[in-house]
Amino acid sequence: MEQEPQLTGWGRIPGRGRELVSEDLERLTEGAVLSRGLGRSYGDSSLPPPSVGAVATTTLADRLLAFEPQSGLLHAEAGLSLYTLNQLFLPRGFFVPVTPGTQFVTLGGMVASDVHGKEHHVRGCFGEHVSRLKLRIADGRILWCSDDQHSELFRATLGGMGLTGHILEVVFRMRRIASPWIRQHSQRVDDIDEYIEVLKDSAKKWPYTVGWLDCLTPGRHLGRGILLAGDWAEPELAPARPPRRLPSVTLPLELPSFVLGPATTKIFNTALYWTHLQRTRDRLVSWETFFYPLDALRKWNLMYGPRGFTQYQCVLPERAGRGAARRVLEVLTRRGGASFLCVIKDCGPQGKGILSFPMAGVSIALDIAVRDDTQALIDALNECVLAEGGRIYLSKDRFTRREHFLAMEPRLPEFQRIRAQWDPQGLIRSAQSVRLFGDRP
Amino acid sequence: MMMSHPPRKAVLLGATRGMGRALARKLVERGDRVFLLGRTPADLARSASDLAIRGSAEAVGFHECDLERPETFAPALAAADAALGGFDTVVVTAASFASQAELEGDPALLARLLTVDFTNTILFCEESRKRLLARGGGTLCVFSSVAGERGRKPVALYGAAKAGLSRYLEALDHRHHSEGLHVLTVKPGFVRTAMTAGLKAPPFAGEPDEVAARVISALGSGQPEVYAPLPWGPIMTVIRNLPRFVMRRIKF
Repeated sequence: MEQEPQLTGWGRIPGRGRELVSEDLERLTEGAVLSRGLGRSYGDSSLPPPSVGAVATTTLADRLLAFEPQSGLLHAEAGLSLYTLNQLFLPRGFFVPVTPGTQFVTLGGMVASDVHGKEHHVRGCFGEHVSRLKLRIADGRILWCSDDQHSELFRATLGGMGLTGHILEVVFRMRRIASPWIRQHSQRVDDIDEYIEVLKDSAKKWPYTVGWLDCLTPGRHLGRGILLAGDWAEPELAPARPPRRLPSVTLPLELPSFVLGPATTKIFNTALYWTHLQRTRDRLVSWETFFYPLDALRKWNLMYGPRGFTQYQCVLPERAGRGAARRVLEVLTRRGGASFLCVIKDCGPQGKGILSFPMAGVSIALDIAVRDDTQALIDALNECVLAEGGRIYLSKDRFTRREHFLAMEPRLPEFQRIRAQWDPQGLIRSAQSVRLFGDRP
Repeated sequence: MMMSHPPRKAVLLGATRGMGRALARKLVERGDRVFLLGRTPADLARSASDLAIRGSAEAVGFHECDLERPETFAPALAAADAALGGFDTVVVTAASFASQAELEGDPALLARLLTVDFTNTILFCEESRKRLLARGGGTLCVFSSVAGERGRKPVALYGAAKAGLSRYLEALDHRHHSEGLHVLTVKPGFVRTAMTAGLKAPPFAGEPDEVAARVISALGSGQPEVYAPLPWGPIMTVIRNLPRFVMRRIKF
């Protein structure tokens, strides 16, 4: 008997599905239920629903269609990767207005997840910089949408997880940068409360802020860590040569599950904290080192072994107060959960994407290896986040229960109303939308 | 970018997709000028925009040319000549492909594939060769396949057309090398493209970019043939030397 084809998100939790590929995205998406880019969403957002075998993979549709250097306006097919964009445009002095933490994403994926990054507090999500989208909607028609044309569909598509139609082409504005070097300021911080304080403070001075936390050391030092802030270096401060490319190695095979166990995680986190000996440090780094440190280790998801991992990312609103982040981390430590990497970012106000993830407050991301108790841990985290008035990021999720999601998302009815208007039969859907939105399998 | 050679003026047949697309990008990114030939003008226009932006050079021209219709060859090459001011390089990556099972089950499809991959490709090469020789030589780079290296079970029919094409290209090199014609036969192994998407990938399957990089270096060195990606050279040396009783048994 033929084995069922395997397809997973970045978290490598075993799943099923097949990828159909073609350079001709318009033909490929005819009748397809879902598009998938580079598969960097962690959970099941890019997997087909249970009764459907295949998704349309966009990565071969990667052509640049127009670029205006004066305005920075760029028009490209949805499968174009951020990696290629950086290769081509950084040397010309242009960068994407908003970047996520990896370059291995497609433009279509950046729109569907309405990605945000270290600059969210000043520039919002990627969707704020998108001027038009070409979509294939459920009834087979191909149409353009923007703020002026089918504007509800446009707003639902930004952060809509590909559930409003297939994103075929994207028009957005690139930004001019001063040099390909980043002036980086880093600071060692003693605990989570001070961390949030410093994060909010740096956000006033720096366009890019992010920080890594040690969430394993319990008690007073819970959430000690290192905060990074940065900005493009002015040409007179930057070396004349372009930065050397980061060497990349590919993890050649899946590691056994114990490699990222609690002990190694603790050693790694303690070491990371103490390598930053000075309290503050200022230096010039390359754009790759600053924005994409994890891209240097290709296929790092193999580290988590055969059961894979998930990322729990939530945003906590400002009104929850500064203690909210500590309360979430305490849920993790109380349950003996270990997160190899914990990243905290500052978020500005919610953008125009109807289901877009960020809101004014802080976002916390925890990488969690799958164990027998992962479901219970995610449930507990969700209850805490729900009580704080926060919500989760669908692009990372694999375990959230429908009732938790519904309680977190008062915006869902509006999204579903628009979706039903453009797709009354409910054709376009994913494994995740079946799990969380109640779509038919 | 630094050029170790004067920029080429290259006509590309089949550069909107797969390995041809990857090669075209590498050519424009190092400063070569290209002109696109292919079946669908709308699709050619999109690839032309892509290449113009990547090469940050002047607009890229294109013209309709269909390997199923030999009458399109001469006008297409004439248009390329006019646009580039006399081309010095012709690259053919276009071809037809179908699995052994599909070809065995559909004689009409088989006839079409054999005509496109053998007869018509050679007709196109002849038309190109004449133009290049008339101006004192140049480069003719054609994508054949490792499928033509040995009679192999899974590619008996497709491989037959590619075997014939490889032999023709070899003879072209013997016949015209002294007149300044550089014939480069590219023999890709299994490469992950839309063409091979439905097939099970063997070990050593490669990416279009790796093939393009090998072809770029072979264009520079003047060698007559190149296997790509790298492991397929040694693999085919082994396959070429396997005795018949082994070939009858293995599935490869």
